[in-house]
Formats: sequence, structure tokens, C-alpha cells
Amino acid sequence: MELSNRVAVITGASRGLGLALAHVLARRGVAVALVARTAEPLERAVVSIRAAGGTAEGIVADVGDPEAAHRIAAQVQATLGRPSILVHNASTLGPVPLRLLADTEPAALVQALAVNVVGPFALTRALLGALVLGDGGVVVNVSSDAAVEAYPTWGAYSAGKAALDHLTRIWAAELADTGVRVFAVDPSEMDTQMHADAIPDADRSALADPADIAERIVAMIADASAAPSGARLLASRWEVAA
Amino acid sequence: MNAGASPRKGGESQRLLAIDPDANQAFERTVGDLPELLNPGDVVVLNDAATIPASLRVRTTSGRSHELRLAGPPRAGRWPAVLFGEGDWRIDTDRRPAPDVVRAGERLVLDDGTSLRIVSVSDWSPRLLTVHFDRSDAEVWPLLYRLGRPVQYAYVPQAVALPQVQTSYAGRPWAVEMPSAGRPLTWLLLFALRRRGVAIVALTHAAGLSATGDPLLDARLPLRERYEIPVATVAAIDAALDHGHRVLAVGTSVVRALEGNAAANAGVLVPGPGETDLILGPTFSPRIVAGVLSGVHEPGSSHHALLGAFAPADLLARAHAHAVATDLRIHEFGDSTLVLPGIAARQRALAA
Repeated sequence: MELSNRVAVITGASRGLGLALAHVLARRGVAVALVARTAEPLERAVVSIRAAGGTAEGIVADVGDPEAAHRIAAQVQATLGRPSILVHNASTLGPVPLRLLADTEPAALVQALAVNVVGPFALTRALLGALVLGDGGVVVNVSSDAAVEAYPTWGAYSAGKAALDHLTRIWAAELADTGVRVFAVDPSEMDTQMHADAIPDADRSALADPADIAERIVAMIADASAAPSGARLLASRWEVAA
Repeated sequence: MNAGASPRKGGESQRLLAIDPDANQAFERTVGDLPELLNPGDVVVLNDAATIPASLRVRTTSGRSHELRLAGPPRAGRWPAVLFGEGDWRIDTDRRPAPDVVRAGERLVLDDGTSLRIVSVSDWSPRLLTVHFDRSDAEVWPLLYRLGRPVQYAYVPQAVALPQVQTSYAGRPWAVEMPSAGRPLTWLLLFALRRRGVAIVALTHAAGLSATGDPLLDARLPLRERYEIPVATVAAIDAALDHGHRVLAVGTSVVRALEGNAAANAGVLVPGPGETDLILGPTFSPRIVAGVLSGVHEPGSSHHALLGAFAPADLLARAHAHAVATDLRIHEFGDSTLVLPGIAARQRALAA
């Protein structure tokens, strides 16, 4: 997909991988809509992209709020135009410190699923007209190896990521032949605030730089036809195109 | 006739009054039969405007409460709007108290204390205004979605929520009332149409208000409305016309955008933004559009008059008699009408 002059929506975009993705896409000529819950860091992120010469709009919204999808979709299309790239990067670990499923309140699981599963579903659905009736589209659901591996204490997060992987496959099956490709991407372990929240005593030198992972994911988006829609992709194994 | 009074999505099972002007026949199917009634190569044109929560509660300088309905998308931060007297949708707009007489420069105060400025008052009606929120577009949209609600309908007893007035394919927020012809079109149906070989394309038309409470202003409806037609949509339509296929407009707004554009450009479509005040009726000869999918409309309404551009009056009268006899539902949440030449032959082939 030719990236320049496209419009992208990135959730969880005020920090970490989301912010890095917004910067890389903006450098490639994509107008980026950054979605995040808190206004102040979001505004800083938008300013930093504009300062680098990019086109960016900030949208304050909680993707865990099912009413937010229509508003996000409307605001993107009112300010930037019809999006063709959608990156569902926002997610929540659920209760931290991480705890056993046996010690997790049902309400905490519901809340985690609202952000990690229902939110990406609702926003994809709200933007489906733009994606299907436009000139092709790519949807990236940011996943985790926790979607596949059964790590004790990661239950509230992992169940949602596994569900998101399967939503990816169902979307891909339903949207076959529409020009819209849907992927789950495992970004690998990155040096982010979320990782620090989950594993405070991790060796940060062993963690990937979100800026590097963002380059790889954007390379995937640009070369989306190289992988079958619905696939689960590993960012660590995707070479950045020269 | 009875209105569809619950804000339903419709879908494949919604009743469809099918009218074939070439065969001089009317018959009934369901919306789910659309893929069978169309032919490969036909083009379906959608209006992908999303519905704005265009109704805002405001106070005028006198302190009286009013309803302000935005009447179209903004241009350089300026919104067209209509001011209604006190009361909500449970009172028919024609029976509301008159709004205060306002002047340019006055401010209208929103529920959260922020205000907007009246830029100008129209010569056409003292309630037709241009307003400015005195803040950037990026700030206005969140404000609208926080304080606004969709325009309501007196014939729907319950409050209509924003998702209930969005088509499944809604995109840019440009419509102040739902482009309701597309309401029953599920993705299941749209994908089935594509599998049939029918092209599905979109334009954006800023569908305006259906009522203003001012009879003189109502008589001028629909007001001049903005639209934008993508290059790919024009290409798909031109290709279909070159090969003798039909263009089906979903909604009168699509007819106005396409025919208004062609009328302004010597009969050919030119992609890009435009405006139209074209009002269609029995004397209008469409150049682009072969037929229209719309709601069920009563004789005398502007929507019904538009159908006259596609079918003769006696056939529409027979179809209307069927609609009355079988209690088809009118208005935004009612049943559907399809006027398109050639569908009676498909109907016979399917029945055989």
C-alpha cells in the first residue's frame, strides 16, 4: 500500500508503541489521528508530530467506552478524511500488580475485555464504511505472545488478546475480497510503561525499542499484501524495508 | 398512513415496494431481494454521510431555553443552523412557540456554559442563522458529541440515540438528519450485492433538515446542500453508463448530488465538492440515475414528487394504493420503495 496521503487512526497513541507508530507513519506522509484517554500527554504527542512536519489530530477518548466509537470515527473523518489504516494499540493489563485469575474480580475481567476486545471491535465497525468503500485498508490489532502462551497472573490481559487474535481471523474471513486486510501483530517485549507496570524488575536492556518495532510494523502495513489477511505476524521477524 | 415509530435498523426483512416504470408494474418484495432484482454491472451509489448530533439546547440573551438544530456541515468554522422555540421533540415543530428574534452578534449559551456567536440571520427566515463556536473545529466536534443529540421525530415516542440514526457504512459527519434510505442496508446485503457483480460506491451529501417550524422556510426545503463525489465513484458510474448498466441511487440525497452535478456540468459528472439546490419532480429528466431506493412517501411530499422523475403518476398512484391497503410504513424508520426499470422481468424470472 502506498502510504503517502493516507489517513491512519492509532489508539493508545500518547506514549510507547502507539506514539512511535504515529511518528513513523507521519514521517511516511500519513495524516495520523492519535486516540488516547488523557488530554495533556496526547496534546504533547500531537505537538511533537506537527513539530516534525507531520499532520496530526488528537482525539481524547477511552476505547473501553462503547459509545466512543462513533465519535472517534466522526472526528477523524471531519478533520483528516477517510482513514485506510487502523492500528488498535490501546490495551490494558487489567489489575496491576498482575494477579492470579483466582484472585481476579469478574468486574476487572469485564473491564479488561471492554478495552482489549470490544473497543477494537467497535471502532473497526464504526470505520468499516471508510475502509470498505475507500481505496483499500489495513487493520492492525496489536497482540502479544500472551495471546498464545498461558502465563500465570496474565489471565485478564491474555484472554482478551487471544480473543482479539480470533476477531482478527473472523474479520479477515468476512472482509475477504473487500480490499481490507486485517492482521494481528505480536510486537515482542518492548521497553514501555506498560511493560514496567507488568514486570517492574525486568532487565530493560533486553527489551526492544518501540521505535524499532514501529518501523517494522509500518513496513508490514506498507507491504500488507505480502501476508495473508487474518495472519498473526511477529514484528521481530519482519525486516524493515530499505 | 402510519409511520414506522420505533427506531429500528430494518435489514433484509424490511418490506420493499418495487416499482418498474418500463413494465408499468408495482409489486412487493423485501429489501433482502435487492441482489436478485439488480443485474451484474449495475452500480449502487450510497450517501456515506454520518449523522451529526445536530440538536443542541441553548439559551438566548433573554434567558429562554431554545433548541438549535445545526443545518449542515461547517465552512471555515461557520455552521448553518435553525433556532426552534422552547420544547422538545414530543411537540411537533409546527406547534412549538416561536423562537426569540435574535440578531447577528448575539450569543447563544450551551448547557455547559460555553457559548456560540450568531454570525448572521438569513433574509429568508428570522430563525435561519449562521453560527460560530469561537473555537477550532478540532474542539467543536468533541463538544457536539458531548452536548448534542440527534434530531428527534415527533412520531417516535422514545428518544432516538445516535447509533440508531447511522447507516452501517456512515463516514464523514455531514448529515444533520439520517440519510434514511440506506438504513436497512446491512453489510450482509452490501456484500451479497458485490458478489452479484453490482458495484457499491459512495458519495457524501450533507442531507439537511426535514422541518424548520417556519412554513415559509419549510416551503424552500430542501435548502442548498453540499456534496462531494469521489473520483472512483464517477469512474464506476461512467463505466456502467458506457455499458448500458443502471445507476441506482440510495436516497433522494444521492439523486440530488448526481443530477445536480451533471446539470451543472453539461450533463457529465465531474468529481469533487459541489452544492446543489436542484429540486426534482415529474418534469425532470434524469441523465445519470436510472432509479432510486427510498422510503415510503405520501403524495404531496417532496420525496414523493422526486419519484415522479422516475415513474409516471398513474403507476405511483397504484403503488401508493397498495402501500395504503397493506399498511406500509412511512418516514425515516418505515419501509422501502424501489423505483427501477427492468426489475419486473427479474421478478418474473425468479418466480418461474
